[in-house]
Amino acid sequence: MKSELKVKAIEKGTVIDHIQASSLYKIMSIIEIEKLDTQIFIGNNLDSKKYGKKAIIKIADKFPSMEDVNKIALIDPNAVINIIRDYQVVEKKKVELPETVSTFIKCINPKCITNHEKVETKFSVHVKDGKVNLKCYYCEKTTGQDNIEVIR
Amino acid sequence: MKNKSLVSINDYSKEDYFKILDLAEEFQKNPKQKLLENHVIASLFFEPSTRTRLSFETAIQRLGGKVIGFSESGSTSVSKGESLKDTILTVSRYADLIVMRHPVEGSARYASVVSDKPIINAGDGSNQHPTQCLLDLYSIRKTQGSLENLNLFLVGDLKYGRTVHSLLIAMSEFNPVFNFVSPPSLRMPQEYKDFLDKKGIKYYEHNEINDNIKHADIIYVTRVQRERFSDPMDYEKVKNAYVIKNKMLEGTKDNLKILHPLPRVNEIDTDVDTNPKAYYFDQAENGVYARMALMCIILGVK
Ligand SMILES: [Zn+2]
Repeated sequence: MKSELKVKAIEKGTVIDHIQASSLYKIMSIIEIEKLDTQIFIGNNLDSKKYGKKAIIKIADKFPSMEDVNKIALIDPNAVINIIRDYQVVEKKKVELPETVSTFIKCINPKCITNHEKVETKFSVHVKDGKVNLKCYYCEKTTGQDNIEVIR
Repeated sequence: MKNKSLVSINDYSKEDYFKILDLAEEFQKNPKQKLLENHVIASLFFEPSTRTRLSFETAIQRLGGKVIGFSESGSTSVSKGESLKDTILTVSRYADLIVMRHPVEGSARYASVVSDKPIINAGDGSNQHPTQCLLDLYSIRKTQGSLENLNLFLVGDLKYGRTVHSLLIAMSEFNPVFNFVSPPSLRMPQEYKDFLDKKGIKYYEHNEINDNIKHADIIYVTRVQRERFSDPMDYEKVKNAYVIKNKMLEGTKDNLKILHPLPRVNEIDTDVDTNPKAYYFDQAENGVYARMALMCIILGVK
C-alpha cells in the first residue's frame, strides 16, 4: 500500500495495481486511456516486492466493464483491479483469463487470413510458464504474451 | 460426419478416421461405384498443386461426380480483387462440396465459417493438409496391418515439413516409437517433442541415416529444400546425407515400407523404385481411395 501513496489517492474510481512495468503502455492502449475525460494518475517503475518494479493506473469516476477486465487479464494476468469508493477499496477484481478472445488482438502471423481479409480475429487462450499464449482459430499459430498487439 | 468440414486433422475423431479408412479400403477393392452422380464438387486451387488437384479430381470422376473450379487463380475473378469470402459464398451456391487449396493460412477455416456447404482443406499455406495425413494413415495401416506399436523413421526436413507434423500427431494415438533423422538446423520443433513427452511417447534424434533403420517399420522421407538454408554451403553439405539408396535397405525388416508425400527430387534414389519396400507410388494411388471415402462420407452417400 505504501507505494500507492506515491500517486495521489482518488475518491472514487478504479485503481489498476500490480501491473508489470513492461505491460503498462499496452494496458493504457487497450483501455483506450486517451479517450477518458476524468482525472488519471499513472505511476511507473514503483518499487514492488513481487516484481522489482511495478506500475499503477488510477482513473477517477470510471468503473471497468467485464470486457475491459478480460482485456487487461490477457496483457498482464497478475494485475489487480481495485474499485474505489470514498477513498476505500470496496472490491478487488483479480483479473481472470477468458477461454477465448475475439476482435481486438492481432494475429502475429503475417500469412494469416485475418491479416489478409476483413476477418475478426479469434483466439483460444492458453497459459504456459505463467505467460499467456493465444492460439489463432484460423491459422492455428500462437501469439505469445510479449507479442500481443492491439487492433484499434 | 455428414456435412462436416475437414480443415484440420483435429476436426475428426479417431473413430471418424477409422470409418474413412475402412471405406477407402472398400473403394480400393471396388473403385467403380458411381455414388456421386448427382453431385457437383468445386475444386478451387488458388495456388497450383497439380498432384493434389489431380488426385481429388480423379476421386470425383471415379465416383461419377461433376467437377467445377480452377487450377490457379490467375484467370478468375480472384485476380480482379474478389475477396475469398465472396468467392466462397458464390461457389457454395453452385456446388455441394468445396475442395480448396489456398496459400493464406487459416483460409480454409474461414471458408468453412462463411460457407453453408462443407469444405475440404487441400492445403492452406504451411498450416494444414489433412487429406495427406489421411492417405498416409491409410498406407501405413494397409502395409503394416495395424497402426499400433510401429517404429517410424521420419527423414529430411522435420522443421518445416507440415506432413511430418500432422503424421506425428495422428500416429501419437497408436503407441509408436519415433526416430527423427535430419540436419541439426531442420530438427523437429520443440513443441512437437514436448507434445510427445507429455504423451509418454519415445523418440530419438539422429543427424544421419544409420544402422538403426534395421528396426524401422516405416521410413517416411521428405524433401530437404535448398530455400530452407540461408547459406547455400550448408545445403551443399547436407543434401546428400539424407538420400535413401537401395544398398542401405539390406538387412532391413521384411515389412518395411518407404513412404514419401511426393514430388521427389533426389532424396530417394531411383534404384530404390523397384525394391518391393518402395511404396510411394502406391501411397499416391491410395490418396484417391482415401479422398473418395472422405467425400462420400461428408456428402452422406455412404
Ligand atoms: Zn492467425
